[in-house]
Amino acid sequence: MDMNEIKEIFFQECEEQLAELESGLLKLNDGDRDPETVNAVFRAVHSIKGGAGAFGLDDLVSFAHVFETTLDCVRSNRLDPGPEVLKVMLKSADVLADLTNAARDGGSVDEARSRQLIKELEALANGEVPQASAAPAEPVAKPVAAAAPPPVNDEGFQPVAFSFDDFDAAEEPPLMEMPTYEIVFKPKSDLYAKGNEATLLLRDLSRLGEMSIHCDMGALPTLDRLSPESAYFFWKISLKTDKGEDAIRTVFEFAEWDCDLEISLIEDEVAQPGEELPMQPVPFDLSILDDEPAISVGVVEEEEQLASRQQDRDAAVAAAATASNVLQMAQSATRAPAEKAAPAASAAAQSAAAQQAAASAATPTIRVDLDRVDRLINLVGELVINQAMLSQSVVENDTNGTSSINMGLEELQQLTREIQDSVMAIRAQPVKPVFQRMSRIVREIADMTGKSVRLITEGENTEVDKTVIDKLAEPLTHMIRNAVDHGLETPEKRLAAGKSAEGTVRLTAKHRSGRIVIELADDGAGINREKVRQKAIDNDLIAADANLSDEEIDNLIFHAGFSTADKISDISGRGVGMDVVKRSIQALGGRINISSKPGHGSVFTMSLPLTLAVLDGMVVTVANQTLVVPLTAIVETLQPEASAIHSFGANQRLISIRNSFCPLVDVGRILNFRAIQANPVEGVALLVESEGGGQRALMVDAIQGQRQVVIKSLEANYTHVPGIAAATILGDGRVALILDVDAIVAASRGQSLKPEMSLAAAG
Amino acid sequence: MKKRVLTVDDSRTIRNMLLVTLNNAGFETIQAEDGVEGLEVLEEANPDVIVTDINMPRLDGFGFIEGVRKNDRYRAIPILVLTTESDAEKKNRARQAGATGWIVKPFDPTKLIDAIERVTA
Repeated sequence: MDMNEIKEIFFQECEEQLAELESGLLKLNDGDRDPETVNAVFRAVHSIKGGAGAFGLDDLVSFAHVFETTLDCVRSNRLDPGPEVLKVMLKSADVLADLTNAARDGGSVDEARSRQLIKELEALANGEVPQASAAPAEPVAKPVAAAAPPPVNDEGFQPVAFSFDDFDAAEEPPLMEMPTYEIVFKPKSDLYAKGNEATLLLRDLSRLGEMSIHCDMGALPTLDRLSPESAYFFWKISLKTDKGEDAIRTVFEFAEWDCDLEISLIEDEVAQPGEELPMQPVPFDLSILDDEPAISVGVVEEEEQLASRQQDRDAAVAAAATASNVLQMAQSATRAPAEKAAPAASAAAQSAAAQQAAASAATPTIRVDLDRVDRLINLVGELVINQAMLSQSVVENDTNGTSSINMGLEELQQLTREIQDSVMAIRAQPVKPVFQRMSRIVREIADMTGKSVRLITEGENTEVDKTVIDKLAEPLTHMIRNAVDHGLETPEKRLAAGKSAEGTVRLTAKHRSGRIVIELADDGAGINREKVRQKAIDNDLIAADANLSDEEIDNLIFHAGFSTADKISDISGRGVGMDVVKRSIQALGGRINISSKPGHGSVFTMSLPLTLAVLDGMVVTVANQTLVVPLTAIVETLQPEASAIHSFGANQRLISIRNSFCPLVDVGRILNFRAIQANPVEGVALLVESEGGGQRALMVDAIQGQRQVVIKSLEANYTHVPGIAAATILGDGRVALILDVDAIVAASRGQSLKPEMSLAAAG
Repeated sequence: MKKRVLTVDDSRTIRNMLLVTLNNAGFETIQAEDGVEGLEVLEEANPDVIVTDINMPRLDGFGFIEGVRKNDRYRAIPILVLTTESDAEKKNRARQAGATGWIVKPFDPTKLIDAIERVTA
């Protein structure tokens, strides 16, 4: 492992710490006053600072330091983490995240913003609590406030970086002649109790220059009164060095609190320190360090001898007893396993309990390279395919349905499915990190729009495949922005409408029938249907006299280039509308819906597959080709009757389903599998829901069945094919293409299949 | 014989740095993630010197040092505190808990090895 790898680890860790920091701050924001929460928040910043220091990331260190100082005030109850304080802290967490990203990927940060926050943090640490609506320009120091913390800026811990070189440089010897120091070093018992060792200190001292040591043993009591852990010796040292007094003090840095230390510079070199000593000096030989404490070794040996003699005696006694005990021993031997089993069982129970306790404290985890998991998932995909192929060939070759091979195969099938589920679970991750990112986005937009917003998240621990999570952030960000920017009203308008000034955005995740459902609800004004309708008419999306249900009007916002905000703000962006959101959700194999209540807000509901590695599909035949249609796209299947088919235009056909007409799309024709349109009556129609919310009937020749298929990327293995999302391998070993329903529907609108039009699912 | 160092730090970054630095300097390194784990592995690790962080979840450095000092076998083992908190009050607290010495972060390999050499024979 080299420094670059460690740096990579550091940034990974930063991400975790930042998530921890944010969730901790949000907990505090919700009124949590658990000291452990505060500690965790403090630790997160502290850790980032520590690592950043090691890599010389100075910007990060200095910001983290200020942040940490303020958090320390909270930790020591000198600063109450009220809403205004937390607002600053949450913003600081954002800046810290920016600085971390900048340190990792290069790029710049908003320096004015971080400087501003440093000021605000320092003000907090100095006891200046900002007023809720006071002008932020002049933070007012609270003069009374009972909990007003004392200014700590000057006494807060400032790391004092020092290097031994500094001392050397500071004390440059002015003369060629080396000064001699007299050092009296008198350790206290505590010195040894804290793991320091006088000999080691003397050894270090000897490295500074020419040294003579005299040990005073005068205080040594008689053996009966000797306490083995007390300090009786002291040393008088004469040291000739050009390193200066500070270097000497540095040697005793760890010990200075637990010893009496006198250092004095001897002007007159002739004077021998030893002669001045009133007691008898004993020369002290440092070489004892090399051959280890001989005395204690001797003691140990003696003990060992004693022990071995004892053992000999015991052995003799045992031998004598042996003969008479043979019978008994034989008997006890049979009992032994039972006796052994009991403690073993209780030990097992204990360790199980211990494990449970450990699990409740923190689930043990390991970190695995994503590549390895991906490889495993691919392999399991192969296994699933292989197992399907094996089953099929056994069914084809073996007429005896009750054979043991069949039973074995069934078990294999079950196991394969279980392995697949378990492996998918490895890559499954809670949506929490994405949700957490959203809270920052809400804060930023709330700031920009001057709205007051509270984000409530639920079901953050709902798990979904990592590949889905990665692609979820972008559409979700956009929707959150929309919800705050367009959905929520300004505080004045809200108050006028009888609502609280603070708007609420609720982000929920839950599992529902094998999919993850994410809901984004705001309590804003809801969709202004008149305005949407008018806009749609202006943009020629609908006819002026079109008769649309409320739901249909609401869904118009998913049309390309649709924006209802009177002026396009820089928040939601120009030209990027809900249509893009819808497309990215659909690219994930998901669907999105909106329901809105005027005056009460809107709810966006997204339903997504739990994984992009497998897909429930309907296997169909089109012009002798086997295709897979994603099950999620299919609303229903039907067998068209001749009377339901209506032609119009040159070669367009409609199918009438329960008194409404739906365009009929011949998949074989669109994909150029055949030159002329097939006869609808001979095939099957799959009613699918398309991008605009409208329905289309896809004509296929026959349905083979429903099956879970493993998605194989076509781009990675071949090249992109318009109208095809991906491929899979079926039980008979043949490759089947997975239909890109939206691209097919788009093509049927008279647009030809162009590569950029089809939304390829990731494989 | 290689000297054995037990390091206790909750930061993966610092743990890795300690590991690389100590291994390069010829030490054998045993690592724990917090004070609780540090005390758990103490006997088995049987270290010659301990390097510990202060700010840690579950059991902080102060508590860990006290725990080690209560263990008859390790009560005199050199313990170095590795921390960014270098002010006198914190040093004092660490010393009262029984720390032998300290290394001020930012992490510097030379400083670390120097300090370990200073407290071990």
